[in-house]
Amino acid sequence: MTAVAQLLPASRRPKRMTPARWGLYAFIFITALYFLLPLYVMIVTSLKPMAEIRQGNLLALPAAPSIDAWVKAWTSACTGLTCQGIKIGFFNSLRILVPSVGISILIGSLTGYALSLWRLPGANILFGAMMVVAFIPYQVFIYPLVRVFSFTGLGQSLLTIVIIHTIFGLPTMTLLFRNYFASLPVELFKAARVDGAGFYQIYALIMMPMATPMIVVAVILQTTGIWNDFILGLIFAGRDNLPMTVQLNNIVNSTQGERAYNVDMAATLLTALLPLVVYFGSGRWFVRGIAAGAVKG
Amino acid sequence: MQKSSVDIRSLQIGFGGLKVLENLDLHVGESEFLVLLGPSGCGKSTLLNAIAGLIDVKGGEIHIGGRDVTWAEPKDRGIAMVFQSYALYPRMSVRRNMSFGLKVAGTPQSEIERRVGEAAQMLRLTSLLERRPSELSGGQRQRVAIGRALVRHAGVYLFDEPLSNLDAQLRAELRVEIKRLHARLGATMIYVTHDQIEALTLADRIAVMQGGVIQQLDTPKKIYREPVNRFVASFVGSPAMNFIPGRLARGGEMVFVAGVNRLGLNGYVFRSQPTDAPVVLGIRPEHIEMTGADDQSSVPARVEMVEPMGADTLIWCRLADGTAFSFRRDADAQVRAGDALAVRFPADALSLFDEASGQRL
Ligand SMILES: Nc1ncnc2c1ncn2[C@@H]1O[C@H](COP(=O)(O)OP(=O)(O)OP(=O)(O)O)[C@@H](O)[C@H]1O
Ligand SMILES: [Mg+2]
Repeated sequence: MTAVAQLLPASRRPKRMTPARWGLYAFIFITALYFLLPLYVMIVTSLKPMAEIRQGNLLALPAAPSIDAWVKAWTSACTGLTCQGIKIGFFNSLRILVPSVGISILIGSLTGYALSLWRLPGANILFGAMMVVAFIPYQVFIYPLVRVFSFTGLGQSLLTIVIIHTIFGLPTMTLLFRNYFASLPVELFKAARVDGAGFYQIYALIMMPMATPMIVVAVILQTTGIWNDFILGLIFAGRDNLPMTVQLNNIVNSTQGERAYNVDMAATLLTALLPLVVYFGSGRWFVRGIAAGAVKG
Repeated sequence: MQKSSVDIRSLQIGFGGLKVLENLDLHVGESEFLVLLGPSGCGKSTLLNAIAGLIDVKGGEIHIGGRDVTWAEPKDRGIAMVFQSYALYPRMSVRRNMSFGLKVAGTPQSEIERRVGEAAQMLRLTSLLERRPSELSGGQRQRVAIGRALVRHAGVYLFDEPLSNLDAQLRAELRVEIKRLHARLGATMIYVTHDQIEALTLADRIAVMQGGVIQQLDTPKKIYREPVNRFVASFVGSPAMNFIPGRLARGGEMVFVAGVNRLGLNGYVFRSQPTDAPVVLGIRPEHIEMTGADDQSSVPARVEMVEPMGADTLIWCRLADGTAFSFRRDADAQVRAGDALAVRFPADALSLFDEASGQRL
């Protein structure tokens, strides 16, 4: 017996760096470089004066970093005829974003909750269909929607764009919350009914407090989606409410004389700031929300 | 605290095309502890949910405390319910879990505090009131769930397998606690389980269900001693009842004949006129007696296997013709595999079933 035991190799901790591991790290490194390099170039360029940029040293660190370009982008860059910087766009986007995110999550969670109680044999097919609908390109709807809103007299306005974002957000929001609520034990709902709570009380007092991770996921999805939107804002928001993305485009494309790369870069970074903050601020919650059933069918 | 009776009249429930309950009648008296016992999928939860008003009925009536509540909302039925998965509200403290129903009903704060305090004390939860459900053990969670039902001061308490998620020791502990609670409150309780020990220890009466039909509704003792059919006989009792196929013969007294073995049935109370049809004899392991070989009514058997079970020992034997059975002896019984012995099947402890229909004779 002992002889046999000695012939067998002792169990050992597996070697740390196998070739597969090396490959993995190389892949991660290259991917990171691919995404970080442009970001790096943007940041350093935005901190350089134009004279330094003209020398063409794309990757060099700024000799004397200055935030002049950032200030200019924020307060006095020209977005078409006016020259008040991108801050106008920022506040427009904010005014579009807050009600759109709030209302779409409110309605989506309510419809998702209602649908989660509806457990019929064909239900899953229906929800599959809804998922498909959520992926139909917006462009298909734009012309009919323009007609509808001009017919109703709303035309282009803040209200119009909020309604548009709410409508386009609903399928995803509904499914997100439906899947989460459907994964909860039915007995919880039954217990609340025995306790005498009605449909809306159960929704507000029991279901929504449990759905915090889902709400965070929903806020992230909607915030990034709505903030990054260009075409819907351009078409439906109206001249006075153009979102930041449209204003950014105007800054970058309405150059007289020399192109101010540093201002363009600063304006772009400013536009990207909010989604970045949302991502970094909520990464942990996002993962938790996904794990809690956001993605399961 | 009021006490209510529950009256169910020709209740019908189905899901789509599937009929789960059909023409079910059941009366539960005031202060009675009724256990619904049956295998998985037999419709126990369905029946309980119907009493609670959590599923719609297709036909029939449900009366609680003399009032027709067939279409009443759950909260208006004077019931409280405890669920298998506890179903505590995860984002609320124990105190808020217990007071939620009273708050929704608009009970005055002082009354809420009094009732929650009382229930917490009864269930030894006072020190846990500020915790979240996730910070409790399984047994504590189920006690909170029971507490949440108690504060409703309902006339009827419904339990759907409240202990089946707990380990054996906790289950035994909480079982005693529930029994004590029933004695103290004197409330009507309907309790679903598929654990026969729970059923036998807790119940005033047991309703044994199969396939949506109540097979037998009787005291635990009657269910155990005089099962009305083979299903009840085999479902209740552990270790299980022995079944020996054979037929009846008349030779002065009635005898049961299985191969070469003959067994006098003097003392067995027939429910129906015995016939020539094949029958099955049932006898519980603890009712078989060991005798000396000279006893007239004894049968020789050979020991095949001995299973010690702590307090007693289960002995597996075969008759001369190969029929297998088991019987129970004290733990200190001096029996080994291979031993020859003689056993007696006392007629008054037997059950006889018609082989075709399974009904008791
Ligand atoms: N919502 C539903 N839709 C369709 N069929 C159902 C539904 N609920 C229960 N059933 C069916 O009704 C029958 C009885 O179910 P029920 O839940 O009452 O069983 P049970 O006796 O409580 O079983 P268990 O001991 O497993 O809890 C089962 O065949 C089940 O498949
Ligand atoms: Mg059940």
